[in-house]
Amino acid sequence: MATVTLAKAVTMGLRAAMEADPKVLVMGEDVGKLGGVFRVTDGLQKDFGEDRVIDTPLAESGIIGTAIGLALRGYRPVCEIQFDGFVYPAFDQIVSQLAKMRARALGKVSLPVVVRIPVGGGIGAVEHHSESNEAYFAHTAGLRVVACSNPVDAYFMTQQAIASDDPVILYEPKRRYWEKADLDESLTLEQAAPLHSARVLRSGTDATVIAYGPMVKTAMEAATAAAEEGKELEVIDLRSLSPLDTGTLEASARKTGRVVVVHEAPGFLGMGSELAARITETCFFSLEAPVLRVTGFDTPYPPSRLEEEYLPDLDRLLDAVDRSLAY
Amino acid sequence: MSVFDQDTRIVDVSTLVRLYRGMVRIRRAEERILELLLQNRLSSTMCHVSIGQEAVAVGVCDVLRPEDYVTSTHRGHGHFLARGGAMSALMAELMGRETGACRGRGSSMHLVDASIGHLGSNAIVGGHIPIATGAALWSSLTGQSRVAVSFFGDGATTEGIFHEAVNFAAVRGLPVVFVIENNHYAMSLPWERATAQPSVARKAEGYGIIGVDVDGQDVLAVREAADQAVSRARRGEGPTLLGVETYRFLGHSRGDPSTYRDREEEQRWHARDPLLLEKIRLSAAGVAGDVTESLEREIEAEIVAAMEFAEAGPIASVDEVFSDIYATPLGGDQ
Repeated sequence: MATVTLAKAVTMGLRAAMEADPKVLVMGEDVGKLGGVFRVTDGLQKDFGEDRVIDTPLAESGIIGTAIGLALRGYRPVCEIQFDGFVYPAFDQIVSQLAKMRARALGKVSLPVVVRIPVGGGIGAVEHHSESNEAYFAHTAGLRVVACSNPVDAYFMTQQAIASDDPVILYEPKRRYWEKADLDESLTLEQAAPLHSARVLRSGTDATVIAYGPMVKTAMEAATAAAEEGKELEVIDLRSLSPLDTGTLEASARKTGRVVVVHEAPGFLGMGSELAARITETCFFSLEAPVLRVTGFDTPYPPSRLEEEYLPDLDRLLDAVDRSLAY
Repeated sequence: MSVFDQDTRIVDVSTLVRLYRGMVRIRRAEERILELLLQNRLSSTMCHVSIGQEAVAVGVCDVLRPEDYVTSTHRGHGHFLARGGAMSALMAELMGRETGACRGRGSSMHLVDASIGHLGSNAIVGGHIPIATGAALWSSLTGQSRVAVSFFGDGATTEGIFHEAVNFAAVRGLPVVFVIENNHYAMSLPWERATAQPSVARKAEGYGIIGVDVDGQDVLAVREAADQAVSRARRGEGPTLLGVETYRFLGHSRGDPSTYRDREEEQRWHARDPLLLEKIRLSAAGVAGDVTESLEREIEAEIVAAMEFAEAGPIASVDEVFSDIYATPLGGDQ
């Protein structure tokens, strides 16, 4: 058992996967000697060499395209995109090639590529360094999209994503990189929850709060605050954005009859929209209130001095819970 | 032995002083910006300074006309100031004030000021290069002689968009100058690990345009190469790739200890500090020390006044973030 940060847990997950399978390699900008801007790949090049931890030129599109070529020949590349906003130059390769190549080849090829993206705001950065762009990729068939929220999940989800024969976009909540938890490395991947499962983090009866990535901590804090007022919130860490663990979500919606979804990304056509539609379609007669969304604004990411206003917080989340309960 | 490759160029003393002043102004501003960053007085935790690279911005912008255009990078304070941006607008922007160049929304990496022909800096490496090509295409289509200049780093040359932007400008013979501010490291990646053809002049051959490799620590060399490139563009003779060899004296940003660089290499470049070289040249030209001293005092006063201006300005309000996203607001729910 060791106490590790979320960033360190990803490093450990990468290391475990690289030790287990010589076909796993890491590539990206500054991932080698520097160890990445968040130091997530720190020490890996020293231990695994420059051919397995590849410092690429600045060329996001080229990084993903090259990874596709490697994957087609049996490698399992893990690509680091330095910041969320930097994924856009790679958008074409991810959406047009990575996501669709298996279907185009009638299932005859596998694309076991992982694209790691530090995501979201809250670190005092600006546009391009604070964005939540998960909806673009969740919208794209052929990709699997997951988001970790804590060190233990980060450790296992990294390895599970690498083990997947399909491309996985792995979102890492950058403002939670320094959050710590106890990690038992003796646990095996088989003992971990499946990659595409949601997790009920706190059981409750009055309303369900669905969160993922950086917002999970906020949701848990909201549940603690609500409990002091006698309201019992059920908190679900979505973990998998595509595919959705609809069973877990529906069971909770039916139990509480009230659902609030929270994410940093803008609300318009965000994950909350899909979740609200799904839950309404399948749980309509169990719902006591419309599914509500608490999200970032439908604006470009604001200047850092204003990001506290933009990012959903405890108050905005509890306000939505109260509105749901008032129906 | 001279510190200059070419020190026989004849320019008037007032030009030498103006160039030196331009570089000192950027250096002192960025030294102050770093202090403000460490004191948490900037609006963002992120800030990239160009200390060591000042000759590039100053040498190039010195030959531009007010009607010309520039696009710039995440390391763009120097380009903004050299292009004629107000110190007060820069400081207020960095401190997140309504009185800033972008009303506090842009911060360090997204400076824009159309009033000085600055079409914007950008945190997506290379993202702004085609925008200069576009401005140059407009200039060409409308029969104007306005030149567009795009500043970008060595790292941007490995992005696909560099190729697209340069190729299009080349094939149309557009009036644009691509200034590769080669500080030899794309954050941690050394230039020789980023390209198998380190000569920008040779790269240009592949595009069928003129390319020039320039000593970026010598502001006069930069100015002369830029003058030729801009003049060619203005005459309708097409784009130029200007490979300006320089060095970032500090880390990529605050959190970068530059562990990937050799300390001896750093010292070699520090010995060729562009301010130092120009000061030697001023001295050789007979410019008295009290001229440079008084210039330092003027700049210090300008910076202090800019900071006071910035701190007196209101912090950008949250209502601001909803405005200016569309020409006509959409209305409805936010």
